[in-house]
Amino acid sequence: MSLNKIFRNILLVISASILLSACAVKTTGKLQGDVYTGKDTVEYLASGVPDRVFFATNETVLTTASRETLRKQASWLRKNSKINVVLEGHADERGTREYNLALGERRANAAKDYLMTYGISGNRISVISYGKERPVDSGSNPLAWSKNRRSVTVKAN
Amino acid sequence: MKKVIFLIYVSLFIFNWGKAWSLIEVDITRGNLNPLPLAVSPLSVDQNSKEKFKDLLKLEDIGAEISKVVENNLRQSGLFNPLDPKAFLQKPDIAHVKPRFEDWALIKAQALITGEVKIVDEKLRVEFRLWDVLAGKEIMALAFTTVSENWRRVGHIITDKVYQRLTGEKGYFDTRIIYVAEEGLKTSRIKKLAIMDQDGFNTKYLTLGNELVLTPRFNPTNQMVTYLSYFKNLPRVYLLDIETGIQEVVGDFPGMTFAPRFSPDGKKIIMSFAKDGNSDIYTMDLESREVEKITNHPSIDTSPSYSPDGKYICFNSDRSGYQQIYVMRSDGSKVKRISFGNGLYGTPVWSPRGDLIAFTKLHKGKFYIGVMRIDGTGERLLTENYYQEAPSWSPNGRVLIFYRETKSDSAGKGFSAKLWSIDLTGYNERMVKTETDASDPSWSSLLTD
Repeated sequence: MSLNKIFRNILLVISASILLSACAVKTTGKLQGDVYTGKDTVEYLASGVPDRVFFATNETVLTTASRETLRKQASWLRKNSKINVVLEGHADERGTREYNLALGERRANAAKDYLMTYGISGNRISVISYGKERPVDSGSNPLAWSKNRRSVTVKAN
Repeated sequence: MKKVIFLIYVSLFIFNWGKAWSLIEVDITRGNLNPLPLAVSPLSVDQNSKEKFKDLLKLEDIGAEISKVVENNLRQSGLFNPLDPKAFLQKPDIAHVKPRFEDWALIKAQALITGEVKIVDEKLRVEFRLWDVLAGKEIMALAFTTVSENWRRVGHIITDKVYQRLTGEKGYFDTRIIYVAEEGLKTSRIKKLAIMDQDGFNTKYLTLGNELVLTPRFNPTNQMVTYLSYFKNLPRVYLLDIETGIQEVVGDFPGMTFAPRFSPDGKKIIMSFAKDGNSDIYTMDLESREVEKITNHPSIDTSPSYSPDGKYICFNSDRSGYQQIYVMRSDGSKVKRISFGNGLYGTPVWSPRGDLIAFTKLHKGKFYIGVMRIDGTGERLLTENYYQEAPSWSPNGRVLIFYRETKSDSAGKGFSAKLWSIDLTGYNERMVKTETDASDPSWSSLLTD
């Protein structure tokens, strides 16, 4: 982890806590079906550009909310044409390890394909799957799993 | 057709039974609720050898230590009940020459193992005998010599010989397990390749934990391991020579390679290659480096495992919409779905005997380890739990090892990953001792055959 990344994380944590304290509503995330729609784990590539999209169990289909997030990412990427990104695909812990690696790869590629249809060159996007190896939430409950089924867009440079 | 298979099975059984015939017979085809009581007399050691081994190995009594290895193996098998040595009436040295069978019958031992350890030219020489207490006769005698550091393996080899003589099938004790040792938080787990004896001793770590490693599997001669490593953040299939420690990437494709296994002749690695959201199965010839695409389908195809004769491959695919088990010829032709029960099926592994496929099943929020015949009939679930997966067969096809995870709270507390084993019968479920948390076990073949 580079110093830069640590610094960025700290900034994000600060900005996230400002955001959280700003709204008086419940800070825990929520679910629509079993897709996570909250903001608990979400970080931002730039102001108003969320870094991640969430999936239903065993699914790789992008929800309406996910497509909106990815359109924001695409427009940010168009404005910042020197930035390349890595899409990190993840699965929850309720699946066999090898299948989940493939599932994570498929999720990240679903996000990649969508960014490409919005004009981002495939050369600027690389993809990696972590399967179920890197959850953001360690809990063993449906809400935690929903946060872990995700594709995260990370700056590569 | 079924009848023919049944007849072959029966005749094989009779043949085996005939070959292994003795007065004592242990039936391992059913759950054994009455393990055979037997006595493992401490191996006798003369004073001179005892002192030398004390210097060499820092062991107070090498004879008793080797016996303990044997005793523990036999107990873990679930088929035998080694009696408490405190009840033994006869001294080890005399018992080894001429046991007084009445004394051993008195404590209800049906079989007796005796032996003698000596130092010969700085080497460890062991002689052991197996006695049928009720018939009052010797049924096996063997001697072998090895370097003294191998003393635990001596215990394992003795167990294999005894197991084979009493059950009619080869043992699985002189074997190793390769697995992934786990430490740290669930969100940033540190994983290392580790190898240990089948009974949990002699653990060695093969990687340092700097990069994520997953799913190690032995080659047929147990000298090489293939696994997935995230070295430089590029998930690729690697090959590791256990003796030299040399690692090399074998699946350097333009995308992720994963789920590797060796072919039964050890010449190829079969694995998944994921690109553009699609995972297919490929093989690579280790000598020529020739790559062959085996499946070609827009679904996820993964977890391939060869039949022992190398003619077929079972694998996991979601081409029907969800994870199911399929079988095909090794060239990729004649793909046939074999799992049709309720739920999802993953991680198929072909048994070393060729007749069964072990798998993980997910149904109604529970995970099961089970087996089915290679045509998908006769599904039998052996164990149910919150989370468990990835069975690997003992070399004789009688025991499965797998890993199990526990639930955690939102802070990650309560989480653990451990290795477990269970008999094909569904009995004798046991946790396998490891130094750290552990997952992805793979069982070696017999080290001495």
